[in-house]
Amino acid sequence: MNYHWNWGIFLEQVKGGDETYLDWLLTGLGWTLAVSLTAWVIALTLGICIGALRSMPSRLPVMLGNAWVELFRNIPLLVQMFLWFFVMPEFLPRDWSLWVKQDMPAKEFLTAALCLGLFTSARVAEQVRAGVGSLPRGQRDAALALGLTLPQTYRHVILPQALRIVIPPLTSEFMNVFKNSSVAFAIGVLELTFQARQMQEDSEQGIETFLAVTLLYFICAFAANRGMVLIEARTRVPGLIARTG
Amino acid sequence: MGEFDFTVWQPSLPFIRDGLLFTLRLTLVAMSGGIVIGTLLALARLSPVAPLSRIAGAYVDLMRSVPLVLVILWFFLVIPFISGAPVGAETSAIITFTAFEAAFYCEIMRSGIQSVPRGQVDAARALGLGQAQTMIHVILPQAVRNMLPVLLTQTIVLFQDTSLVYAIGAKDMLKAADIVGKNYNRPVEMIVLSALIYFVICFSLSLAVKQLQKTVAIIR
Amino acid sequence: MIRRAAAVVSLTLVILALPALAQDAGGTLKKVRDSGSITMGIRESSLPLSYLDDKQQPVGYHIEICNRIVDALKAHLKMSALKITHTPVTSQNRIPLVTNGTVDLECGSTTNNEARKKQVDFAPTTFVTNVRMAVKKASGIKSLSELNGKPVATTTGTTSVQLMRAHEKGKHIDFKEVYGKDHADAFLMLETDRAVAFVMDDNLLAGLIVTSKNPNDYVIVGEVLNIEPIAIMLRKDDPAFKAVVDDAVKALMKSGEIDKLYAKWFMNPIPPKGASLNFPMSDKLKELIKTPSDAPAEAYNRK
Repeated sequence: MNYHWNWGIFLEQVKGGDETYLDWLLTGLGWTLAVSLTAWVIALTLGICIGALRSMPSRLPVMLGNAWVELFRNIPLLVQMFLWFFVMPEFLPRDWSLWVKQDMPAKEFLTAALCLGLFTSARVAEQVRAGVGSLPRGQRDAALALGLTLPQTYRHVILPQALRIVIPPLTSEFMNVFKNSSVAFAIGVLELTFQARQMQEDSEQGIETFLAVTLLYFICAFAANRGMVLIEARTRVPGLIARTG
Repeated sequence: MGEFDFTVWQPSLPFIRDGLLFTLRLTLVAMSGGIVIGTLLALARLSPVAPLSRIAGAYVDLMRSVPLVLVILWFFLVIPFISGAPVGAETSAIITFTAFEAAFYCEIMRSGIQSVPRGQVDAARALGLGQAQTMIHVILPQAVRNMLPVLLTQTIVLFQDTSLVYAIGAKDMLKAADIVGKNYNRPVEMIVLSALIYFVICFSLSLAVKQLQKTVAIIR
Repeated sequence: MIRRAAAVVSLTLVILALPALAQDAGGTLKKVRDSGSITMGIRESSLPLSYLDDKQQPVGYHIEICNRIVDALKAHLKMSALKITHTPVTSQNRIPLVTNGTVDLECGSTTNNEARKKQVDFAPTTFVTNVRMAVKKASGIKSLSELNGKPVATTTGTTSVQLMRAHEKGKHIDFKEVYGKDHADAFLMLETDRAVAFVMDDNLLAGLIVTSKNPNDYVIVGEVLNIEPIAIMLRKDDPAFKAVVDDAVKALMKSGEIDKLYAKWFMNPIPPKGASLNFPMSDKLKELIKTPSDAPAEAYNRK
């Protein structure tokens, strides 16, 4: 292989700057974590609400929930990211549009986190609905018969059980959030994939760069996986057939 | 931006059609190959032979923990060294997706196999079927049937994920739209068109999966 | 768990060790003669150097030059036919693809610089670009110094990013950099007022302006941030192949044929939209056609 290896590249200074390439990658890692975790909070909050809506006994909330899931699930993330960033602001009034495009603080970060959050919320909603569906019917009937209102039934009886059941499938969604955050580079978030492209262009040591980045993503996803397994072990519903991930 | 110029859709159609054909071919090959290899991986993971199950487990964990776009890039760079000759972006994409999706189909098949009641195995063995026969004639058909909707849902995800082959320059639907968008300098119009196409296809597929879910469910 | 992590790591190492086993079979000329084919790396949207026309065929100034190189190669190897395969490359994968043998001749829009020369080699420079900025006429901006505190667009992973950063440091100007994933996206940032200027190679800016919705709204202004020699890229340490390529390019320059090619792609209407860039040849390139050179960018910008 004619490749010119240089493993010391990470400690070398970037061209026209004081930082090292390692600094670039670590900054990138910071943004990747920020985008992923913010998106995950959005996805969980919305996903649980939408998932609950879809399991309601009346038609309207079910249809609304379904529309939400189908909309965000059936367009590739890259395309959604682009639509939010370039197309959406054009439909705002002129002054708002300019503010969003020029003065909104951390605009790339917020757009990316929101977009990734909405995209993931559709998947979370799907899992939550399945979780609610797997509960014995009697739980809901009993709660209603005891005089709880429907919201109370969800708040105190259905969701606490359903959420504990869906933790294993949510583990892989949580891992996906980290991996999917790499698409945020497309709108200029300075995250890992972005920094990798910068570094490989600046240093011309592409293979070392992508190896390091692959390793960093692997560590993130692996840590997410272990974290969720830990939570799963602590919140397991007693009396159900337990399976470890 | 103000005005959109959708006249660019017209010259883009032959590009889009070719791209879509590639996307579909990639999806179908990766799905069938992925399900076969994934099932073998699932059997390896569940096998009592420790090294076998550990290697399969490591493979699945590795694939699940790295962003697909990086996997695509690695395969593209590494395959020429294994095959001894460059294989081109399209072939490389097909190999990569089959190998990558196998890890996901493996996880689905594994839970499918585990969802078959233990009594089925005992009954098959009591009837005198061998281990392999039990797997092929009793367990796998039920596992596939149980998991069919999930397998197909994963395939819809796969269909969308194929858009990531832009990283190695294979010409799928999104890439085709992207090229036209750039060479005519109309990126927004083309991204809207591809969003519509993806939505129509994925939404129809997901409706079909729902219908299927109702008809194939095993009633217990 | 640790055992599983260890298994994952060792599997990765095995995969990575595989490239080391591959052997390099001597020279591109031998490879071309034995296989009867040559692989050209092409870009899909580097107007007008290398891109796809409305029939999805690779066209452009550098594609034509490469076709002449292939003709010369055929004559040199005394072959009656030589099959040309086109492989699309991106700015991310072009160098790995040349080094790993997938691409023999990269006919794109690659700047010849010292960092790249560690990995690959270049034919004599066939195009020279100046890094400048495009702005909206209405903004009245004329110089980089007017950009203090304003959002400025550029394309991810291009040399312009480094240049802007170096410029910022010297002059105490603070830009807000915004990044497009490719040139069309970065131009879109200027078009939609996400940025007030787009810093990039001037030929690319000219191409984007000509094809934009309102070409009269934009203008290229300001000081030249860098002079960049653009050249056809080939594998390193292959002197026999490089000699054939160099001679072919030099012959084009000597015969004056390159001026005709330049006029065809930079001064006349080109596909797919039939617009003309109207981009006259720079003095630097005229000089380089008289005295061909494969010196890297650093040689032009040392002060």
